[in-house]
This record gives sequence, C-alpha cells and structure tokens, in this order.
Amino acid sequence: MEVGPIFRALTRNKLGVVLIAVQIAFTMTVIVNAVFIINDRNGKMGRPSGMDEANTFYITSIGFGENFNEAVTAAEDLDMIRQLPGVLHASMTSALPVSGSGSSTGVTVVAGQRESSVPTAVYYVNENALSTMGLELIAGTDFTANDVLARDNSSNSLPNNIIISAALADVMFPELGTRAVGQTIYNASEQPLRIIGIVQQLQGPWPEWPFVEQAMLSPLHVIDGTSTYLVRAEPGQRDRLMVEVEEMLAASNGERILRGLSSMEDTREQSYRVDRAISKILYVVIATLVFITAMGIVGLAVFSINRRKKQIGTRRALGATQGEILRYFLLENLMITSCGVVLGAALTLGFNMFLVQSLDMPRLDWYYAPVGMLLLILVGQLAVIGPSQGAARIAPALATRSV
Amino acid sequence: MFMYYIRLSLLSYRRNPVLSTLMVLAVAIGIGAYMVIFTLNYYVGGDPIPAKSDKLFHVQFDYGDPAVPNSTPPPQLTYIDATALLNLTTQHPRTATSKFSAIIEPEGNDIRPFAVDGRGNFADFFTMFDVPFQYGSGWDRSADDSNQQVIVLSQELNERLFGGGNSVGETILMHGYNFTVVGVLDRWVPIPKFYDLNNGSLNPGEEAYIPWNLIVAMELRRSGSTNCWKAPEGSGFQAFLNAECAWIQYWVQLDSTADQSAYRDLIDNYAAQQKQIGRMLFPLEKRLFDVNEWLLEQEAQPPETRMLAALAAMLLAVCLLNTVGLLLSKFLGKSAELGVRQALGAHKGSLFIQHVIEAGFIGAVGGILGVGVAYLGLQGMYLLLGDFLSTGWLRLDITVVAVTIGLAIASTIVAGLYPIWRACNINPAIHLKLQ
Repeated sequence: MEVGPIFRALTRNKLGVVLIAVQIAFTMTVIVNAVFIINDRNGKMGRPSGMDEANTFYITSIGFGENFNEAVTAAEDLDMIRQLPGVLHASMTSALPVSGSGSSTGVTVVAGQRESSVPTAVYYVNENALSTMGLELIAGTDFTANDVLARDNSSNSLPNNIIISAALADVMFPELGTRAVGQTIYNASEQPLRIIGIVQQLQGPWPEWPFVEQAMLSPLHVIDGTSTYLVRAEPGQRDRLMVEVEEMLAASNGERILRGLSSMEDTREQSYRVDRAISKILYVVIATLVFITAMGIVGLAVFSINRRKKQIGTRRALGATQGEILRYFLLENLMITSCGVVLGAALTLGFNMFLVQSLDMPRLDWYYAPVGMLLLILVGQLAVIGPSQGAARIAPALATRSV
Repeated sequence: MFMYYIRLSLLSYRRNPVLSTLMVLAVAIGIGAYMVIFTLNYYVGGDPIPAKSDKLFHVQFDYGDPAVPNSTPPPQLTYIDATALLNLTTQHPRTATSKFSAIIEPEGNDIRPFAVDGRGNFADFFTMFDVPFQYGSGWDRSADDSNQQVIVLSQELNERLFGGGNSVGETILMHGYNFTVVGVLDRWVPIPKFYDLNNGSLNPGEEAYIPWNLIVAMELRRSGSTNCWKAPEGSGFQAFLNAECAWIQYWVQLDSTADQSAYRDLIDNYAAQQKQIGRMLFPLEKRLFDVNEWLLEQEAQPPETRMLAALAAMLLAVCLLNTVGLLLSKFLGKSAELGVRQALGAHKGSLFIQHVIEAGFIGAVGGILGVGVAYLGLQGMYLLLGDFLSTGWLRLDITVVAVTIGLAIASTIVAGLYPIWRACNINPAIHLKLQ
C-alpha cells in the first residue's frame, strides 16, 4: 500500500503533523474525561434517597408568641393536614435526605469504644415517619406512638428505640445484616439505642457525604419552637396540596410563621444544581472542542492540498484514479490522528489521575480510552473527507500548467 | 507604517476569508471559554479583602477526639475558649462571631412576622472587615460590654422594613426584644464569605447584626454549624456553653509582625495550659491563620473550579495550536508575495513586524469576539446556577475585558512566532522563479 510514501511525505512537514496530533490528543483528553465526569455525576444524581420523592413535600412552622405551645400546635397541625383530601400521610422530621442540612453522630457496637465509631445521619421523627417518607421496612417493626419522646432542650435524653438503614446495619453488624434487629448500639454519649427495625434504604441529608447511605431514625420531638411537617400526597395531588396546606396553616395560628415550603423534587433539583450545571458546561466544552478540532483539520488539509495541487495533478496524469487520491488523504489523516490518539490516551489517563487526586473521582473505566480513540479517528476522517474529495477532483491537466 | 500594516492585515484577511474567520473563531471561543472560568475562579478563589488579608487572623484550637479515626479538628471555637480569648488581651481589634436566626415582628399589620438570618459579633467586626455602611455605623465597644440592644441591618432588610430610607434610631421587635437600629450596611458580599466558611463559602451574608453577647443572654436560636466531640455534662443551655462544642468563629487583627508573634505565643501558651488540665488533646501545628491561609486550609475554593480551570486551559491550548496551524498555512500560502517584497528590498525585520501585526490583528478581532463569547458564557452560568450565586458578583468588569483582549493578542502573537519565522525565512529566489 501507500503507507511508505505517505509516511515519507509526512516527515517533510513535521510541524503540521505535530500540530494536528497534539490538538487531537488534547481534544481526546478533554472529551473522554468530560464524558466520564458527566456519567459519574449522573450516576450520583440518579441514586434514590429511599423516599417517595415524587409525592412528598415539607413546610416548617416556627412559633414566636408568648402563648405558643409547640406540642399542641404540632398535633393539631398534623391532624388538620391528614384530614385534607388527597393526603396519604403526614409526620414530623428534623431533617430530609438530599437537603444538605441535618445532624449526624457516631455510633458504636460497644459503649465508649470511640475508635470504632461509625458515622451516621440522624433523623428525629414521630411515629408516622416511615409511611410518610415511603420507606420500606425489611425487618423488625415500625415505631408506635409510645416510642415517641417529646422534650425540650433542657434535657439530653433520647428514646430507647431506633430504626436504621440496611447500609448502617451492614457496617455495624457485618455478620448479622438485617438480622441485627434487637441489637443495641451506643451513641457518642454512650446512651444505649435498641434497633427495632431496618429499612431498605434511607440516605443522609448530604449527597456528597462518603457515608451517605448510613442513617438512623429516632422517635424524638424536640420542643424548641420549630417543627417541620412532611406530607405525602396521593399521586398527582402534591402541587395542589402544597398551596392548600400552607394557606390552612397560615390561617390557623397567628403566633408562628411558616418557612421553607418545598417539594422533595425541588430540594433534589436545588441540591444537584451545581452538578447539573457542570454537566451542561462540559457538554458545551465537548461540542466546542470537536468543532474547533474538526475545523483545524479541515483548514490544514485544505492548505496542504493546495500546496500539492501540482503533485496531485501529476499523479492523476500518470494514471492514479480519483479513489486513489481520496484514499491517500484519508490514509494520511488516519496516520496523523493515530499518533494523536495514542498521545491522547496517555494524557487522558494522566488527567484522570489528577481528578482522582483532587476531586476524589473514581478511576476511569477501561473502555473509555479506546472508545475515545475510535471516536477521534472518526472525527478526523469525517473532517478530511470534504477536502480530499476536492483533491480528487483536481484535473490531470493541471500538471502541465505552471501554477 | 503601523496603519499600512493594519491595512495589509485587512487585505490578507479578505484574501483568505474562510481560513481567517476560522482563526478568529478559534481564538474567540478559546479565549472566551477561558475567561468564563477565569472570572469564576477570580471571584471564588480571589482574595476577598486584599488590603488586610495578611493582618486578619482566624484562631483554631486543638479540638476533637484523637481516638476517633479520620477525624479533623473542627474550625470553630467553644464558648469557654472564645470568652477566654476575648479577655486575654483587648489591645487588638477582635471579634467572636456566630450566626443566629430570629423572628422579627414588624409594627402594624402591613408586614407579617418573618424570620431573619442574623449574626452576633463585636463592635470591631465592622472596622476589621471594612464593612461599608449606607447609613449610620456599627456600635462601639461599650455596647458590647453592656449588652445594649442595638442592631445593624443589611441593605435588603432595611428595604423590606423601612423602604430603604434612613432607619437609624428606629426600633425593631426581634425575638420579643426591642432593638435600636444604629446602622444600615451598603452592599457587602465578600466572595468567598471568608469570615464564616462553615455553611457554604458562597452563601450570602446575614441580614441583621447584633452584639454577640446577646446570643447567649437572650438564648437566641443559634444557626450555623456546631461540632461537639464530648457530650455536655448535665443538661440545659449552661451545660451546652460549658461543653466541648465548637460554634464560634474568632478573628483578630494584628498589624505588625511583632504583634503577630506575640499573639501567637499568647494562644500557644493558652493551649498548653488547657492541655495540662486535660483539654485540647488533638495535636495541631498551627493555630493562627491569616485570611488566605484560612481559605486554603478550609478548601474554600470548590474543587470543581480547579477541574474546570484545567479543562479551560486545555481548550485554550487546542484553540492556540489550531491558530498556529492556520497561521502557518496562511503565511506560507503567500510565500510568493513575500518573495516579491523581499526581492524589492524589504527587510526581514519589516516582514517580521508586518506579520506580528497581522497576527495581533487576528488576535484582537478574536479577543473582541471573545468578550462576547465570555459574556454569553457568564449569562449561561447565571441561567444554570441561578440563585446559587449571590446576585451581581459574576460580571465582566474592565479588568476582565482588558485581560481578555490582551490575552487574545498576546497568545495569537506567541502562537504566530513560528509561522512568522518561517515566513520571514523563505528563499525569495524559488518563488520568483515560479512567477
């Protein structure tokens, strides 16, 4: 084949080759890593929290008047909410998954053994929390009204019973797993907490937290003036109920204010806003780079063809077919881009190392680099087809003219 | 001569419109994208208070439980240590500060009660951080000591409560207490929010500022974050204050290096004393951080910006490589013309200048377009990030525009150096023969 002559011709224009090859290498590095980042983030955003997010919303009531009685108000509010048509369940919670704010603690299997402390998110809830959140109980029992402790800030006491996520059970009792029901664990203050139930999944409030799947529900209502109500609506009723619940609560008691009405879907949208934005920025970067690189290839190809018009004419005059001329330039481009993607593969892995170190991203899966290489070769071929066809159409008669 | 070369550049642009436009586009897109990221990093990662960043110091102590694996010391101070530091020396401007939230009940029935995010701080806070005032001023140190119920409002809160007028001297009912307005802030949005990085370094500032001691005296609801590494002994608010729970930021202004080392000794001694009574067991090498050290320590710059910066740099590199290639094509494409000019007596030097100007011309056009690309990019950022960014801080100012165009011209000329060198060194004889 013509590989030999093409190679020798390329060595006479080293810089042009290097320019395109390096450009291809950078482009590949950016594209492959950008796609990887996008996929990684999409994977994170797609993780379920364990909740029935589509049908739930929440609102916070903050009391301020002298006569405000939080315990009474909360009970009344929840009763009123439950009576609204379209409401499935309503409960209280101190925090919500994906929201970014909440509390955490360290728990141990042996009291006081702090070096083996396991971090977990804590949700303080009341007895209807599981059905309202839409959590799936896979072992043990749900809370009852008797489990719930209501107290103010002057005490540190905690209810005895807790429900934990399956992920937390696995970390604390690797041999038992879901059979950990009935076991007792201890918090940082060495208070005993008995596991009465395990739910399939419940994420902590911080999506970026390394221990996000480790969560615990404690049936505690802290009387501190603030209560957050979580409402689960029948499918399709959520948006109507959000308005109705807020209006009803606002009208019912003048000694409190309402804050933070939000659906879980909206909360998720807000939490992942930066990730979503970065994905979109990366898409724009990818499109821009492919465009610029392709244009660069076209530009240089047109230039090199113009310079070799006479040679091409001569080849045609000596009997080369149009197909052979076309093949010459496609092959030439293939050789250049191949150098580029090999360099690109190395750069891609290098940049991935940087991401692993600075962003705690996982390592690139093995197939990303080869797919990227093929893709870039394809882009190169597509970019060079137009100019090559132009070259193939050069008339043999050109060889006889002087410029 | 300069104008003549500019005209030649224009002619040359018109001779190869496709190639030239490609080059301009490549420069514009590369520079534009780079500037979007640059602007983002410039604001997020820049020095939020350049005049004083090496004089303002944040104090951190040896907190935490060394037995707990992978733990890091919490960045804030406990009530015990914050009050101890306040009394240790009063000769330097200093402030303990933390967040609270409270309910304001406006007079009359026009506005319903609403919650505000507030900050407790000392009088020195306003002067230390160069906080700008629209009306009035902060309070003085005596108000700190006597727990005076004074309040400074943000511009937005003043707008909401008093329609933006001069409200100094007015009274506000907050948390059931009357507060007298002593000042209204002008727009103040330090990016990052260096004085309190605990709840997001890009979060907006607070709406109301009151003497910090009132947070404790009135048992206001503390917002912000709290880290405890030992359970309180006993229960109730007093037990919490005495507990190993960090929730207070502490800043001190130290103008001279002598002051700095004296203060460093002071808190090192304090830490050593505390260690003797069984506190502060987590070994810490450094306890005093200036603003930039603190931003670095707390990783205030989101790691994503570094990734985007690297990507933008590569994008710029691709665009410039592209420009090198296209300039090469363009300059070598007119070898014949250059041969003629050289044969007619043109210096290599003047050919060189001519082509530098031509490259610069392309860079300038690309740069001006690049400003447009950057503007669109920043608008896109707004669309994407919306209320995540505090309004108005991400904008193209004169500096950014100047840097954009300057960078475009400079990088195009640098990219053009090799093509220019090649163009100046052609052998005129060959090209003359062909004519």
